[in-house]
Amino acid sequence: MSEIKHSEFNVIGKARRRVDGRAKVTGQTIFADDLVLPRMLHCKLLRSPLPHAQIKSLDMSRARAADGVHLVLSGKDIPIEFGILPVSQDEEALCTKKVRFVGDPVAAVIARDEQTATEALDLIDVEYEPLATIGSPEEALKIGEPRIHDYGEEGNIHKRVSLEFGDTDEALSAADEVFDDTFFYEGNTHLAIEQHAAVGSVDQDGKLTLWSSTQTPHYVHRALAKVLQIPAAHIRVIACPNGGAFGGKSDIFGHEIVVCKAALMLGRPVKICLNREEVFYCHRGRHPVLMRFRTGVKKDGSITGMQVETLVDGGAFGSYGVASLFYTGALQTVTYHIPRYRFQGCRVFTNKAACGPKRGHGTVQPRFGQEVQLDKIAERLEIDPAELRLRILEKPNTKTANWMQLGTIGLETCIHTVVDKSDWKERFKKLPEGRGLGLACSSYLCGAGLPIYWNKMPHSGVQLKLDRSGGITVFCGCTEIGQGSDDVLVGLIAEVLGVDPFDIRCVTADTDLTPVDLGSYSSRVTLMMGNAAIQAAERARDQVAAAVAARLDVPARRLVFAGGRVFDTQDADRGMDWRDAVICAEETHGTIGSVGSYSPPKSPARYKGGGVGPSAAYSYTAAVVEVEVDRVTGWLRVPKIWIAHDIGRTLNPVLARGQVEGSVYMGLGEALMEEQVYRRLPAKLSNALVHKIPSLLEYKSLTTHDMPDIVCDLIEDPDPNGPFGAKEVGQGPLTPIIPAVANAVYDAVGVRIDETPITPDKILKALDDKAKGGEGRIGPKGFPAIEWPEALQVPPPWEGGDGKAINDPERAHAAKLEKAVRP
Amino acid sequence: MSDSLKTIGRGNVHKTLRVNGEDHPVSFAPYKTLLEVLREDLGLTGTKHGCELGECGACAVLVDGEPILSCLSLGLDAEGCEITTVEGLAGDTELHPLQKAFADLGGSQCGYCTPGILVTAKALLGRIDDPSRDQIKEALSGNLCRCTGYLQIFESVEAAILEIGRAKTSGNP
Repeated sequence: MSEIKHSEFNVIGKARRRVDGRAKVTGQTIFADDLVLPRMLHCKLLRSPLPHAQIKSLDMSRARAADGVHLVLSGKDIPIEFGILPVSQDEEALCTKKVRFVGDPVAAVIARDEQTATEALDLIDVEYEPLATIGSPEEALKIGEPRIHDYGEEGNIHKRVSLEFGDTDEALSAADEVFDDTFFYEGNTHLAIEQHAAVGSVDQDGKLTLWSSTQTPHYVHRALAKVLQIPAAHIRVIACPNGGAFGGKSDIFGHEIVVCKAALMLGRPVKICLNREEVFYCHRGRHPVLMRFRTGVKKDGSITGMQVETLVDGGAFGSYGVASLFYTGALQTVTYHIPRYRFQGCRVFTNKAACGPKRGHGTVQPRFGQEVQLDKIAERLEIDPAELRLRILEKPNTKTANWMQLGTIGLETCIHTVVDKSDWKERFKKLPEGRGLGLACSSYLCGAGLPIYWNKMPHSGVQLKLDRSGGITVFCGCTEIGQGSDDVLVGLIAEVLGVDPFDIRCVTADTDLTPVDLGSYSSRVTLMMGNAAIQAAERARDQVAAAVAARLDVPARRLVFAGGRVFDTQDADRGMDWRDAVICAEETHGTIGSVGSYSPPKSPARYKGGGVGPSAAYSYTAAVVEVEVDRVTGWLRVPKIWIAHDIGRTLNPVLARGQVEGSVYMGLGEALMEEQVYRRLPAKLSNALVHKIPSLLEYKSLTTHDMPDIVCDLIEDPDPNGPFGAKEVGQGPLTPIIPAVANAVYDAVGVRIDETPITPDKILKALDDKAKGGEGRIGPKGFPAIEWPEALQVPPPWEGGDGKAINDPERAHAAKLEKAVRP
Repeated sequence: MSDSLKTIGRGNVHKTLRVNGEDHPVSFAPYKTLLEVLREDLGLTGTKHGCELGECGACAVLVDGEPILSCLSLGLDAEGCEITTVEGLAGDTELHPLQKAFADLGGSQCGYCTPGILVTAKALLGRIDDPSRDQIKEALSGNLCRCTGYLQIFESVEAAILEIGRAKTSGNP
């Protein structure tokens, strides 16, 4: 770190117009579909009408002969498989042999305009041989053949994991009471308003450029090199600002590859823009998760141990699924102290659009189960739910049972804040019939501790150019998806260099021009890019400071960079404006530039599977939700939500509050109405498993009328690992909303809705059940028997572990197999 | 589709559309929506699309001061009308108070739904000088935003109303 210290902030923490705000309100932000290039052609994809089938024949001759059609591609033209994770290279740009869900692309037409391309799709003749459909996780467990993929563990089981941190059975038997609850979290989708679009083009040097609405240009770059078999150095990927993404644009998509291939073959730019129905097929949204929580507690509420089982519906492809699966078991331990913990999870393939990462990736579903179960525990033990959580909070700067290294934890303050502001103590359990309050907490990563491709290089790089005009340009691979990553980047640099953010030019998300940043996912940008930006800015500042100090004959450590000037802290008149300072530096050092980079600290979790969950810091959130339930109609209204988020440090309060409120909005939608669900067509049609509602009208989301008042508090407890102490804010605040709604419904009318979404019909059914003497619960009846592999045994830190496993189930399994073959 | 196309023919029609106070002679296929004509034939890509089925409000533009969904309107039908898009909100380089407020107060995050919301809000202010929060909600209820949770949008509209009121009383329209 530099010796020049900040006494107070000039930019950080101040409410500012975001640096890209003007472009957004004037319609000048260029999204991918806004690009128009000379001689550009248009692409449309033919998609499978069947959920599972072999492609027997594909005749594209009539389409090729159609007027205005320039090219028709099939899977054979681009046969190399890809996928976001190295272990799940299971996707094709266009299907070669079989289709795996309704909407799987099988052919592409490139024509003079969209209309011509669309009409030519009807001229492609595909003959399918239908295969049995795997429609649910239960079917996937039971039906081994046909397999949706010929990889994975066996049958239609993609992946099973089994991890144990200390003897959990013993811990559960030592409890005063063991709670055994099952929950179901329905799948839902991102529903970004921008439909995915991409333009491929070959430039004057014969090199390929792709513009795309992607959150992860770096990974798209890698995949294009692999699939198109051209050097990565000859490919340029530019992520246009995304019109919303929420995780839905972080995979590599077939349409991105298709337009590149077509551009290379035709020597002309080729654009595709998906329609809304196709966006539902791209999906990669929240996995449906069936889960079972067995939690042992003492009478005082302390947890003795927890066992979690999850059954995860992956849809048709791997996507981020292996990571998603691990995430369903990774973060239970980072909020409350759980001395012993066992996690068993299973992801299966089904013939539906592939699931992947959505805001809160894989942790939202189990958090629903965990926080609703805590509500049940609190009730049985007669402890206030807020008090129970305060008693069992995990301590800052400790390691968890599963070896997650924690830093700052502001959750205690968060809980006190929402309890005080909602008048919880006076109102919980005391509101009139039909009204209720519910509380829940959560935690999230500030960036995944490991990159998708394991390597020793930085996760984020930032480059700065200063020149004699006084101009500052920052280059970074980070990707603006609406969250304000450009504003974070520029704000931090402006703070360090003491200039106005609007004086900085920002070039981002262009693999030709900008240093690699891994992308906008896992809430990694503020912390990782932010630290890289500060390092680059401090290095540039030190160069300028050295030159100015010599010129003014003042020690460099006495210089202050603020208000567009560089001056002596002891004599403010002794200084120069920023432009003169840069000229002085350029005269002294030559051309001025600097770089910064960031890699997160090494995790102490050294067992297989310990790569999912570690982060340089964790954000924490607490929320109280108020509901009103109409007993006659089951109608559920949410008038108000109190939320407190441990953000470490607020960089721009306007944007931070926007992230919290946007998270609340999205979480509330998931709690009340959002669902990506499927239905069978009538037998007289095809009996195919189709998306029930692939439209914005029928996929219900909250409108302006449905938004509650939100009381939002940002709790500042700077984390030493964050840029000026900042932690994430884009994902964490979504998670507590869903269980808090469920808990509030119980307070209001005494029924437990242990599955999402929490709809009026479920509430009515539960009320009806209760009136008839039932338990008044809607939710899964049980958890299927899954043959779990032998657990990897990792002793927790307090039982003498070193973060490594003490057994090797895979080797034991292999030895057993070998013995069986050769008795 | 193909039958009606045969009837109309594929040849372009030539029309003059009045957009943002300027007359634009433009040739386009007769089946094109106003959205397509604006984006593809007039280069006004500020107007967005999220569904092209009238579900999301991203494509809203003003026709004679009223917000309409340009994805459900034919370009042909816009002849003789006064069309306002997001590009027409600012006076030269000076942002409209709504634009300023949205930029300053978080009313726009990814910015994709913003053009449709801005013009819809402008129509509201043309109708009612000082709308209540409920009237703002009602006016914007057909515009989906996935980023903000709407609250900063409401606040932005309210801040713009105050600003417009202030300008009026100080005599600077």
